[in-house]
Amino acid sequence: MKLEVFKQREVQLAILIVLLVMLIGARAPVFLSARSFDSLFTDSAILVMLVLAQMLVILTRGIDLSVASNLALCGMVVALIGRKFPALPISVLIPSAMGIGLLLGSINGALIGYLRLPPIVVTLGSMSVFRGMIFVLSGGAWISSREMTQQFIDFPLQRLFGLTHLVWLALAAIALAGWLARYTRFGRELYAIGNNPVAARYVGVPLSRRLLSVYAISGMTAGLCGYLWVARYAVAFTEIAYGFELTVIAACVIGGVSIAGGVGSVLGAVLGALFLGVINNALPIVQVSPFWQSAITGCVIVVAVVINARSEKRAGKQILPLTRVEKAT
Amino acid sequence: MSSTAVRHQIADRGRFSLGEVLRRWEVLLLGVLLLVFTFNSLLLPNFLDPYNLADSTFNFSEKALLALPMALLIICREIDISVAGIMAVASVAMGFANQQGVPAPLLAMIGVGVGAACGTLNGLLVTRFAIPSIVVTIGTMSLYRGIAMVVLGDQAFTHYPEALALWGQGYFFDFIPREFVILLAFTALFALLLHATSYGRRLYAIGNNPVAARFSGVPVERYRLLLFVLMGTMAGLAAVLLTGRIGSTRPNIALGWELEAITMVILGGVSIAGGSGTIGGVLLAVFTLGMVTYGLGLANVPGIIMTIVIGALLLLTITAPKLLGGRRDRRD
Repeated sequence: MKLEVFKQREVQLAILIVLLVMLIGARAPVFLSARSFDSLFTDSAILVMLVLAQMLVILTRGIDLSVASNLALCGMVVALIGRKFPALPISVLIPSAMGIGLLLGSINGALIGYLRLPPIVVTLGSMSVFRGMIFVLSGGAWISSREMTQQFIDFPLQRLFGLTHLVWLALAAIALAGWLARYTRFGRELYAIGNNPVAARYVGVPLSRRLLSVYAISGMTAGLCGYLWVARYAVAFTEIAYGFELTVIAACVIGGVSIAGGVGSVLGAVLGALFLGVINNALPIVQVSPFWQSAITGCVIVVAVVINARSEKRAGKQILPLTRVEKAT
Repeated sequence: MSSTAVRHQIADRGRFSLGEVLRRWEVLLLGVLLLVFTFNSLLLPNFLDPYNLADSTFNFSEKALLALPMALLIICREIDISVAGIMAVASVAMGFANQQGVPAPLLAMIGVGVGAACGTLNGLLVTRFAIPSIVVTIGTMSLYRGIAMVVLGDQAFTHYPEALALWGQGYFFDFIPREFVILLAFTALFALLLHATSYGRRLYAIGNNPVAARFSGVPVERYRLLLFVLMGTMAGLAAVLLTGRIGSTRPNIALGWELEAITMVILGGVSIAGGSGTIGGVLLAVFTLGMVTYGLGLANVPGIIMTIVIGALLLLTITAPKLLGGRRDRRD
């Protein structure tokens, strides 16, 4: 039993992250300071939230490529609303960002859940449409910090009991996702769908509704993160978070969420996101050019999936070896 | 003829019916293409100008070269997200070699060769470790693009030899772009491979049921590997042409093209679930998208709006058949 623990993917990943942190700390002790960890968690918060939502989608054998575009669109819309009505408090703006995200996600969900269209194709299409809509709404212009209220910009980095709001939101998302995946019927049904959609249907899982919900949740999370992203970096423009959907999916994959559906844990997904967060935050500290970031991330993903591969062997293996038959002459 | 002498035979294909032909995806697509073409030529005064039309093919020729092998991959239930990354690496390798004074023909070979090597790595990872190709290629996309960034930083390779530009932006007979001719030649080659050889038939077999295909003696893994190598090689070729056309290499070269190539393939009627689709459909999709983009460009619509149109077109084409009835399988 004692050694079994180390065979778990989450434990391996956690050990790897700790080793990585120590290694970086050995080269640059400043990385081990409380302030450095604070910024690490703050920087990773948005990724963690998106990864958790994406995990729910991937559990059902789906994929949501539109999250980054959805995020950018919602961010732009709240920035525009905030500019038009500066009096609106963020307690109105944040729910409206989430609402818009929810709506956009539901469109994906309806097409995937009720029309049974392939998720990768639907979200590929909506990804382009959402991205283009940002341009239409903003006219291609940037919304800079001068056009946002102080309250709008301050919220993500304000502190509560010493932690930034971003970190608290991420913690809340982790708790929620953990509860959802482990203790609710809804969560268990997502695993069932991913393991075998046909069987899940036969035992009475409402497939269409569940699929609609996961894409709606993914959209809602993207909406929230859209506001957070725009407020955090105090700028909104058409290309924000371009290509971020693949980072989110990569974090899921590193965290052991199987793209074939039905396998994945909240802890793993969070660790996957943190792993990428550590790498991104460590590079400037150990004075590696930020241009290395993409290459290193790529290597990490490839290595992670190769290590993970032994558990996902394809069916239909050839059992008997091929032997050359000598022809009788 | 007495009734006892009647022998039954199972035909290898259904009886010819016009309705069946008209309901084919390719015919539908041809209709859309003609519609787009007519619409554009009526609304836009310069649309039918032959020189404009010929030049408009520059916009999609390289992407279409990616779409052809991508179609084969998707028919086999695989996908390659890293193609644009491969193009970046291939272009960077060419730029680097160019700085060392390597002549143009060798540069082109380096581009194609690096592409093939990247494709081989993808293929080996997918086949040796049995990892889903979408996962592998998301990783290698980041890796390949990252290598380009590491080498280039915020710099760019320029000053490519004249001969490269000749293939990237040159014409045959001062009229037909060379890239377009290359595209047509490869389309013919791929169509022949997929539709007229036993290799092509086996690709469909793999896409329909990889396990059954393996049990029927198709070396599935070898086919998969070769397809990834082919994909990489074509991405290398596309990189050679693109580098020649724009005459420079930046780290963000061909950014996002993987999704455009995949869009072309799916719009062309290749099922993402594998096992069906034709090269003709893909070519029609390429032309349709090309004509839409060209028309919008003439009408001064900004490029980003085109992404809405293309995305909407993709959603519409997959949604419409489901909404307009047809057989809805209620199995699940």
